[in-house]
Amino acid sequence: MTTLGGEMLTRAGTAAPAGFEVPSSPLSPPSARALRRTRIQAAPRWPTPNLREVWAARGLLLFLVWRDVKVRYAQTVLGASWAVLQPVATMVVFTVIFGRFARIPSGGVPYAVFSLTALVAWSYFAGALSGASNSLLSNLGLVTKVYCPRLVIPLSAVFAGLLDFVIAFSILLVAIAGAGIVPSPWAILVVPVSLLAVMMTAAGVGCFLAAINIQYRDVKQITPFLVQLWMYGSPIVYPLSLVPAKYRALYAFNPMTGVVEGLRAAMLGTGPIPAALMVASLAVSAVLLACGTLYFRHVERVFADVA
Amino acid sequence: MTTVMIEAAGLGKRYRIGAFRGRPGSENLRDALVSAALAPARNLRRLRGLADPARRSADPLVWALRDVSFEVREGEVLGIIGRNGAGKSTLLKILTRVTQPSEGHADVWGRVGSLLEVGTGFHPELTGRDNVYLNGAVLGMDRAYIRRRFDEIVEFAGIGAYLDTPVKRYSSGMYVRLAFAVAAHLEPEIMIVDEVLAVGDAEFQRKCLAKMEDIAHGGRTVLFVSHNLPSVQRLCPRAIMLQAGRIVADGPTAEVVDSYLTGGAGHEAYPGHWIDLTQAARTGSGVARFTAARFSSGSARHQLQPFTHGRLEFTLTAASDAPRDVNLSVSIWNQSGTKLINADTTTLERMVALRHGTNSCRFTIERLYLKPGVYVVGFWLGDRVGETLDRIESAFRIEVVDAHPERPGVRLDSRYDGPVACPFEVVEVPEREVESCAS
Repeated sequence: MTTLGGEMLTRAGTAAPAGFEVPSSPLSPPSARALRRTRIQAAPRWPTPNLREVWAARGLLLFLVWRDVKVRYAQTVLGASWAVLQPVATMVVFTVIFGRFARIPSGGVPYAVFSLTALVAWSYFAGALSGASNSLLSNLGLVTKVYCPRLVIPLSAVFAGLLDFVIAFSILLVAIAGAGIVPSPWAILVVPVSLLAVMMTAAGVGCFLAAINIQYRDVKQITPFLVQLWMYGSPIVYPLSLVPAKYRALYAFNPMTGVVEGLRAAMLGTGPIPAALMVASLAVSAVLLACGTLYFRHVERVFADVA
Repeated sequence: MTTVMIEAAGLGKRYRIGAFRGRPGSENLRDALVSAALAPARNLRRLRGLADPARRSADPLVWALRDVSFEVREGEVLGIIGRNGAGKSTLLKILTRVTQPSEGHADVWGRVGSLLEVGTGFHPELTGRDNVYLNGAVLGMDRAYIRRRFDEIVEFAGIGAYLDTPVKRYSSGMYVRLAFAVAAHLEPEIMIVDEVLAVGDAEFQRKCLAKMEDIAHGGRTVLFVSHNLPSVQRLCPRAIMLQAGRIVADGPTAEVVDSYLTGGAGHEAYPGHWIDLTQAARTGSGVARFTAARFSSGSARHQLQPFTHGRLEFTLTAASDAPRDVNLSVSIWNQSGTKLINADTTTLERMVALRHGTNSCRFTIERLYLKPGVYVVGFWLGDRVGETLDRIESAFRIEVVDAHPERPGVRLDSRYDGPVACPFEVVEVPEREVESCAS
């Protein structure tokens, strides 16, 4: 940070060539303000996430979040009802197919709330993940025409889905109350921890996919498929107890397992809070976040050249 | 003495053009994965190549920018000129941090507002209003600040009625007007403008130039790239010229523009006299190279000067280090750096045979369809497959004169005239013929 003193102001005034009028424009001379020096040079091959720079750009982050929300709610036919309709419609389909036809056990609670609890978390996760992975392509102008810490672009997609999550979660509370279930007091802790794990996973994997997406355009087609596979690999339509014991350790590596099982235990009382599983969730999602952002930063150096 | 705002030291940008050559179609992830799976041996070689710089250099590297050092001070307006591909846009992209340099560094003091290649960080789906806020946010400004500047921006851009229309529906003129207005009014300490004047009407161009002058006089720094040399000359007291990625001239704009037009060689080109080309700025492998040239229209009435619709004959001498067949081209550029003519033997499918040592050949343009004016001549020498042996983009200036020097004819104002001459005639049509057409 180079701070320039008050005497610089007069110097800027004399900087204009003789014969020119003192500008009457409202622009104040730059020397009157403190100027920040930016060093432009080749970054290391594996730069660390520039958290300070991202924090400094939080205004931009907020703007992008606000814009995503606005586009979704103001310019779509269904508007806010989309946030309600998506998990509820899926819940109905799942309840009929998996609850009625396949008779998948739902831990002693109605299958509808059993699946809705998982779907509230999953819909947010799926939306945030695909939003983040497409974020660079849909904001190409921000990548190729101006500079900003590009991490804010996928991150904004993750934050933008939060409003949907809040709406869907309210629906869940109504449904739970309707089913006559009283959530455990642990929910106060479990819900924010689960949300944190979901956000970190979506951000980590989303950053990774976004960085590949800008180089290889067919990732766009792969993402929905990946999300679908991931859903069946998570205990969304079935309880974890249905999974053979020898595979459960493997399931712990999927951060969504701890999230979904934890939410069900806390909100529906389907069993004791799976503390170990939730800690594993947090740990894995933190690792995914670190790897995703590191890879993103690695590729960021060439974004503008390959886009 | 004033404060330095931009200091560039040894900036270079390298592109590896062969990056995709070894992996066909790998812009596509599926193909990249398939190729990776099918060719473990090659991938291992590539991996080892990454660790070994000598192997790595097998990929052809292109330096879009090399060894670029300069300083820009507070309140200075610096023009950057050079032909297409000289590295101007790459330099601006580095200074705006859109892309990273491969070597060297630059220090920039303050915020940078930019307009790169007629575009800015606009989002096509957002309205004009939202894009103003978006760009303010990119520059790190809060909403309250942008709100204070908002009316000024809208007024300058003259898009009041379209404020709430997504910018994807804007005409290119409206788009660039808003982009310029945003970049100019959000008070960046440094403003970088690339070719903004290519779009937009004359009235708006005048406004932009005036605004940039205003900004500079307000103590800010402006970097201005344009093919429009008159506006560079008007706006910028100082200019740098880039050629093949390097700075070849830096100084008062008039001098730099002059050397741009003469290709830095500064030859006084008279028809019928030999012009030495051994010192000209050039690119290419150099195994065969031009040594001298002479031009003439062969018309004594025009003092051998090239003239509209006349012949133009070049006598070229070239030195070759071995006997070889070559392709040859003569190109003629206008003063703004647009190539108007490229007479290339490749299109004739007839090569020129060079002996070892010095060779001469005559290259004749049968009819010169150029209006009177000053043009820049360039020469190119290539091998059988078109690889460049020697390229002199601007060898010297020629002046094309009127075909009828003694006739007082009317010369059109350059604003209305076009560079290409064509034979034309006009006759009155008798009334009865018009009627028979109509029936």
